[in-house]
Amino acid sequence: MRHGSGVRAGKVPFTFNGQAYWGQEGDTLAAALLANGVKVVARSFKYHRPRGIMAAGVEEPCALVTVGDGGRREPNTRATDVFLYPGLVATSQNAWPSLSFDIGAINGRLSGLIPAGFYYKTFFGPPSRWMLYERVIRRAAGLGKAPVEPDPDGYCHRAAFADVLIVGAGPAGLAAACVAAESGARVILLEQDALPGGSLLAHAVSIDGVPGAEWARGMVDRIRAAGGRVLFRTTATGYWDDNFITAVERLAEPGQVPSGPVQCLWKLRCERVILATGALERPLVFAGNDLPGVMLASAAQTYAARYGVAPGQRAVVATSHDAGYRAAFALADVGVAIVAVLDTRSDPVGPLVHAARSRFPVHTDARVLSARGRKGVLVGLEAAIGGGRQTFAADLLAMSGGMSPVLHLHRQAGGALVHDPVRDAYLPGEGRQNHVCVGAATGEGDLATILSDALCRVPVEDPLGAAGAAWPGPVWRQEARGKAFVDFQHDVTTADLALAQREGFVSSEHVKRYTTLGMGTDQGKTGAMVALAQMADLRGVALPEAGLTTFRPPYTPVTMAAFAGTMRGDHAGPIRRLPLAAMHEALGAQWVPAGVWMRPRAYPAPGETIGEASVREARMVRNRVGIVDVSSLAKFEIAGPDALALVLAVCATPVSKLAVGRGRYTVMLREDGMVMDDGTVWRVAHDRWLVTSSTGGAARMARHWTYVRDVLLDGARAAVVDVGERWAGIALAGPSACRVLTGLINAAAPAHMGLVDATIAGVPVRVLAASYSGERAFEIHVAAHRVGPVWQALHAAVVEAGGGVYGLDAMDHLRVEKGHVVIGAEADGRTTPADLGMGGMLRKAGGFVGWQGLMRPALSETAGRRHLVGITALDDEPLPEGAMLVMQIGEEPQGHVTTAAPRIAAGEGAWIGLALLTDGVARHGEIMVAWSPVRDKAVRVWVGPPMFHDPEGVRYRD
Amino acid sequence: MMLIPCPHCGPRVQEEFAYERTLDSVVRLDDGPVTAMSRLYTRANPRGEEIEIWSHVHGCGQWLRLRRDRVTHAISDVEAI
Repeated sequence: MRHGSGVRAGKVPFTFNGQAYWGQEGDTLAAALLANGVKVVARSFKYHRPRGIMAAGVEEPCALVTVGDGGRREPNTRATDVFLYPGLVATSQNAWPSLSFDIGAINGRLSGLIPAGFYYKTFFGPPSRWMLYERVIRRAAGLGKAPVEPDPDGYCHRAAFADVLIVGAGPAGLAAACVAAESGARVILLEQDALPGGSLLAHAVSIDGVPGAEWARGMVDRIRAAGGRVLFRTTATGYWDDNFITAVERLAEPGQVPSGPVQCLWKLRCERVILATGALERPLVFAGNDLPGVMLASAAQTYAARYGVAPGQRAVVATSHDAGYRAAFALADVGVAIVAVLDTRSDPVGPLVHAARSRFPVHTDARVLSARGRKGVLVGLEAAIGGGRQTFAADLLAMSGGMSPVLHLHRQAGGALVHDPVRDAYLPGEGRQNHVCVGAATGEGDLATILSDALCRVPVEDPLGAAGAAWPGPVWRQEARGKAFVDFQHDVTTADLALAQREGFVSSEHVKRYTTLGMGTDQGKTGAMVALAQMADLRGVALPEAGLTTFRPPYTPVTMAAFAGTMRGDHAGPIRRLPLAAMHEALGAQWVPAGVWMRPRAYPAPGETIGEASVREARMVRNRVGIVDVSSLAKFEIAGPDALALVLAVCATPVSKLAVGRGRYTVMLREDGMVMDDGTVWRVAHDRWLVTSSTGGAARMARHWTYVRDVLLDGARAAVVDVGERWAGIALAGPSACRVLTGLINAAAPAHMGLVDATIAGVPVRVLAASYSGERAFEIHVAAHRVGPVWQALHAAVVEAGGGVYGLDAMDHLRVEKGHVVIGAEADGRTTPADLGMGGMLRKAGGFVGWQGLMRPALSETAGRRHLVGITALDDEPLPEGAMLVMQIGEEPQGHVTTAAPRIAAGEGAWIGLALLTDGVARHGEIMVAWSPVRDKAVRVWVGPPMFHDPEGVRYRD
Repeated sequence: MMLIPCPHCGPRVQEEFAYERTLDSVVRLDDGPVTAMSRLYTRANPRGEEIEIWSHVHGCGQWLRLRRDRVTHAISDVEAI
């Protein structure tokens, strides 16, 4: 049903629910569906009521469809916010088996059983009943289905600066942008539509002697000629601190195959922001106001004037102010019969009303009581006119409850809202940031006034006369019988608001959460004000006292991938590769992520599993010798006159008496006394220290060192240099390690916990005699860019000694046998040094970060706390890591298995582990069960000390 | 997304900084256990201005003291530590 004058060049084929249609180039999907006589496009969220197209812009609450297919499928797209392209595929949502016959519609009949708050009420009663409800509700309520295939398209981010950013290319925004651009300012103008002009696209006005839409195009040319940037299909979605605006640009329509990225997320830092965001129309409240065929008057006007589409054949216009009359004229222009204009006012005056009276039957003091449908679409309505009632046959009802300025961004920016009793609307009050609202967003309805504010005097010809009093009296908030909707997307009716009120949910924030009012993807852009007015009336208070809910970003839904931008898949986060990565690769390494690093997990021989390889590698270290890459360990050099003071503040163990060339194990605590990290501290020179700590905690420790120096020690004279990446590290371990090392450095190996500088393969190295494996071992530090020859020399030497390389898993097996803890496993943020059996290592005098926390009675008394213990499996099967420790299956857990490992050295039991167990130190010798219900495993274990290998440490000595 | 005027680098976006804590929750090494825990767990949490410690972690790496309004996010003073 397209009027001749609206036909433009270019027919575009598309499908809706499998049916092929033709639309016109420039149509939205909604316009094309209406032009093809498609009235029902969706089923509602809760009651599965048939829904049509209510709006013509992003505020559309009802016409949500899925567009595109495969990974490009975009659910919950507003049919009013997707422009046609050849081959567009759209389908309706939340309907089964079909849109016309939907089983779920039974919910509408049963609505008395599923009132507002129904979901919360299911929480009462036995959990099993809730589980049943949950399954049913999840299936019945809903929106479109998210695609399961990966999104094939690219998304990008761009940043830009602007002296003046203007949101909205309607008349006010265009005028402001043009003035700013021509004054030499860097200007960016954002418009969510594909065309400039805003309301001008649907108004028969001329500006400066040219039609409004043409004037708008000319303004865009002028802005661009002056160096301004104009972005269409770009929605400002968030207004953040310090005039930072995020905007999403659609470079292709939903579901369309793009030629480049499909969307661009703009990050705009602006000196000044002008919000020309316009106004949205409010619906009227009457029974059946959600029937397909009931439409906002401004939307009906847009379909008629902009797209040449008649959204019906026989129309009733119901309005509470002058703007509705414009819709009547526009509809009549495309051949729609205007059955009646129903004006809630008793005595409307003005040129617009006068002109209407001569063409249409205008009824005053008239309001719609109920709309009547057949086969799910509007066929007629009943209205109260004066004291009587009258019915009308109509397939289109254009309603207007007045305009609400769009102030979402203003509110997000911290701006105040002021209620204007004349317009019965919220207007922008004082702003917090450097921004201003202009045009209809300020509540101004007159085009000439809007333009003259910005451009001095611009001659405006409006044949229908000035809009004049475009603001409704209080009558728009009428009460209604039957199902009258205030939130069309979430199926919230006036009765639901009354129920919430009766059940004690009075504040707007409570009503919102109880009824889900305004919580749909449309965020209540159309109905929220109507609902607030209803709530105010229910409480018998003025509208401002009913309160407001928070305006949160984004203004319209944003595709998650737009936030991710290019950070997807392999680019989701940085991957750090070791300096020796290529050599590990050549040795057949299997990689494992450790923090941000990729580290070799094991080097399986052909036919060997990772588990078999790591046991083989670990045994090789126990029996002969091996090397492992430990380059990713955090390493800090602390130097200067106050270096000792800084090391003492960070490390909780005694270090003052450490001789030059010696090191020892240490722990770093959080202020609450829990273990934060552990490592070794070495005195390289009198006032020069090297401190290592865990790979995963490197970034945290880097911050901690300077925090302690600058904030706690008031800028102590100590340099902290993060040398983690400066030095690569290779650990050499095993009974033959000492012999291998001395052969390479041609000097005596340092004693355990000693340090020497030496040369391997002509490269200077620092050798630290530290052991993690429990064998005699050395950590060899070498400048990262020169590590290759050192690794090769070491590798050749260990192979000759009957050893080889080992990976992270073997290293883990070895340390479990030796009872060494790992940050994140045993030291899980809830354990103190005492819990880990290291209480005796701490400095009694305190003076380190965390000493006060340890004095708390709950920590200083170790009884009742979980202690580190060793466990040995009594059954011949793997210990489940993470399993609970219980006395009997089904009993309360008393601890858990932190790490499990196969036994490497000869001993009893094939599997051992470390665990945290309540009062564990006093419970050595008990037999418990490591029980993992999720893995359906239970293994009997023997509790003992967390040390399975060489408890006297004789193997550290040569 | 705040713009933080780093005294070393000039105004930079919030993403470059890491919030550490409020000044009143800094536990000095010589604070007694009771004072320390009170600083850590009972904070002023005012509706208005408070002094905070930030680190320009992805910039100069220096520590900063910010006087910032917790309602409006307005920063009235910044100094290097």
